[in-house]
Amino acid sequence: MALSGVEIFKLLPKTNCKKCGHPTCLAFAMKLAQRQATLDSCPDVSEEAKKILGEASAPPIRPITLGTGDKAVKMGEETVLFRHEKKFVNPCAFAVEVKDTMPEGDIARVADDVLSSEMDRVGQKLRIDAIFVNNASGDAGTFEAAVKAITAKAPSVALILGTSNPAAAEAALKIVGDKKPILYGADASNADAMAGLAKSYKVTLGVTAKGLDALTDLTEKVKGLGVEDMVIDSGARAAKEIIEHNTFIRRGAIKKNIKSVGYPVITFAQRDDKMLELLMGVLGVTKYSSIVVMGSVEKWKSLALFALRQNIYTDPQVPMQVEQKIYKLGEPKPESPLLITTNFSLTYFIVSGEAENSKVPCRLAVMDCEGLSVLTGWAAGKFTASKIAQFIQESGVEKEISHKELIIPGYVAILSGAIEEKLPGWKVTVGPREANGLPAFLKSRAS
Amino acid sequence: MAFAAPKETYSGKVYEVAFGTENAVKFGGENVLPFHSFEGNVPNRPVIAYEIQDIVPDDWPETVKKVYEGVSGDPVKWAQYCQNELKAKAIALRLVGTHPDRGNRSPEDATKTVKDVLAAINIPLIILGSNHVEKDSAVLVAVSEAAKGKNCIIGKAQEANYKTIAAAAMANNHKLIAMSELDINLSKQLNILLTQMGFDKEKLITDPMCSALGYGIEYTYSVMERIRLAALTQNDVTMQPPMLGDVGMYVWKVKETMAPESDLPQWGPVKERGIAWETTTAGALLIAGAELLIMRHPDAVKAVEKFIDELM
Ligand code: B12
Ligand code: SF4
Repeated sequence: MALSGVEIFKLLPKTNCKKCGHPTCLAFAMKLAQRQATLDSCPDVSEEAKKILGEASAPPIRPITLGTGDKAVKMGEETVLFRHEKKFVNPCAFAVEVKDTMPEGDIARVADDVLSSEMDRVGQKLRIDAIFVNNASGDAGTFEAAVKAITAKAPSVALILGTSNPAAAEAALKIVGDKKPILYGADASNADAMAGLAKSYKVTLGVTAKGLDALTDLTEKVKGLGVEDMVIDSGARAAKEIIEHNTFIRRGAIKKNIKSVGYPVITFAQRDDKMLELLMGVLGVTKYSSIVVMGSVEKWKSLALFALRQNIYTDPQVPMQVEQKIYKLGEPKPESPLLITTNFSLTYFIVSGEAENSKVPCRLAVMDCEGLSVLTGWAAGKFTASKIAQFIQESGVEKEISHKELIIPGYVAILSGAIEEKLPGWKVTVGPREANGLPAFLKSRAS
Repeated sequence: MAFAAPKETYSGKVYEVAFGTENAVKFGGENVLPFHSFEGNVPNRPVIAYEIQDIVPDDWPETVKKVYEGVSGDPVKWAQYCQNELKAKAIALRLVGTHPDRGNRSPEDATKTVKDVLAAINIPLIILGSNHVEKDSAVLVAVSEAAKGKNCIIGKAQEANYKTIAAAAMANNHKLIAMSELDINLSKQLNILLTQMGFDKEKLITDPMCSALGYGIEYTYSVMERIRLAALTQNDVTMQPPMLGDVGMYVWKVKETMAPESDLPQWGPVKERGIAWETTTAGALLIAGAELLIMRHPDAVKAVEKFIDELM
């Protein structure tokens, strides 16, 4: 548990020297407790106090990075159990399993699937983040060959090296040790050797145990061996166990400050039935997994999981928004149509996507409605006739276009008269209700 | 060192609701968060009802329309197909055809449909209006009476029409769905209004309003979590009815369930994609706290049932 202001105060020099910029040590302690100040502002604090406060102020779930470059994924650092309390911090990573016993062609195919898994959703580029290479053969040479084959095909994809054989681990680390992989497979029997490898290659260690008691023993042992960066596997494989263990781990780390479970969780979701595998992914996304390992990549499955992860990890207070402005779709001419919508990201991306589908160049006026959708914005009094009129006038779009026609979303047809009243000389046209009606609508007007 | 499992104890409990007669089903009744059987009691599994409707589902996307091709012209055949072939545990009959814009069928027509369907099946029935505030008042009152003695679930009562609908459900001994729009306070408020007029709070089902994956599901998800936390940790009796996720209707109208693969190759095949959309929406809402789901595609239902098997 984080320390209270008074507990922190007891550790400070108590000289009230003000060098930290606060009137008293107590005032500074209060700010520290609220995480509005950092300890390094006080030049006189003792080494011992630094150590205690440092431990107490470390995030309850250790931050871990997997992979390098712009596709690296951060995990951990979560602060709450329920998303309405505060935004979930680091979206979980999706990995797909490759067994080193698979024929080379199959391994290459999965690497290809991962490479082509990237898609754009609401302005974010999402992808399968990593490959979990399973040393199913148990053999070091076979494992090495598989890792080589994958890195040759997909050098930018992060790897999780799954093996309990230190020799195989070392062979793989020699190839990819500098790419921030995770070495997964430390257990009670091989912890010393695996921790040694994690230390010398400076990689995160994935530890696995049967049950939470054994898991905490193991993380303490590994930490004692000098490895700080870990991801943890409690051995839970069935949904019932996963929800139980993940709940205890998250609660333990956040509410009880139990350091031995304060690490990102890796969950194995592989199932033969791909709809069920999808649901195991749903469980991982919603219930606290930081890495979810799948058995295969299907585009439809990835799309559903990417969408869910995005939804669960959005800020509950602030809807995803885009900038208020007049967007040009295609290369609009002065006579091209002018459409209006709100600045809720989802709305913007759906509408601009459909307008682009129409191949009819146009302007899309995106109005700041604090990230609310069309109907919500209207119901909340933000997407109203007078505000729309004001926005259109102030946007200066009139100078760019040779007409005075504004196309509004079909759901707010009711606004058309009032807008015309407030925008003298303008004609308001009611568009289709759903954006997928836009291509037909725009094309028929263009012809 | 042993790990001291940080278990929680809760002061509240979700009401258990049973509906139907011969093959009645029960849901709710737990005194812990969803599937937290490791720290309390989860006596019942969530129930999935198959959605059927009184008119041909012209507006359903191909993937789900096709499943019911031979039977969807007749609600009786459709209901029997769900019961006998798909082994449905319950059916949700939506009287869309009564909507003024969708055929404006009369309360008498609706009554006949309900009676015919009830006579043809032996599993529990949920009877839903067309979500037209005024029309639902008339239709749901008539069908409540027609279904007297069958212990159905009637829905949905909303702030604007709850009085007549609740009175009819009460008089004919049915359970009632109370729907509000994605707001925990509105939901609480409606439950209070209903109990103030004498409706038994243990016969209510809360519908905090569904939204589909990618189209606002995070709002439904969090409202459900908050309702459930209020019920359990604050022992708030007005928040203790079980919750409904009306999944199919919200899912099978979004682009991801219909856009052909030829237009969007990066999204993969439309059939699996549509089923995945319904499956994911349903799965996430179960985790958030829904105990009753209304769904359309049998493959999505099957996957979710397997998921529940693993979670229970
Ligand atoms: C999620 C949601 C919320 C979220 C906000 C989400 C957000 N960022 O906007 C929250 C919970 C905050 C919320 C609050 C409220 N909501 Co609300 N909400 C919804 C919900 C479920 C989904 C909205 C959404 O995300 N839609 C998706 C986006 C993409 O849709 P869209 O912007 O309309 O865009 C589509 C079309 O309009 C069209 N389009 C868009 N732009 C353009 C432009 C042109 C030119 C054309 C042709 C087409 C077009 O294309 C898009 C896709 O087809 C809807 C119900 C529903 N299922 O629609 C209710 C809904 C919009 N809310 C409603 C209401 C009443 C409210 C509240 C006033 C009260 C309440 N119950 O809490 C508040 C107001 C907000 C406030 N701050 O005070 C009502 C509005 C009713 C009405 N007709 O007025 C709705 C319809 C629910 C209902 N059935 O009653 N809501
Ligand atoms: S700088 Fe340190 S010693 Fe000086 S007032 Fe601030 S906390 Fe106290």
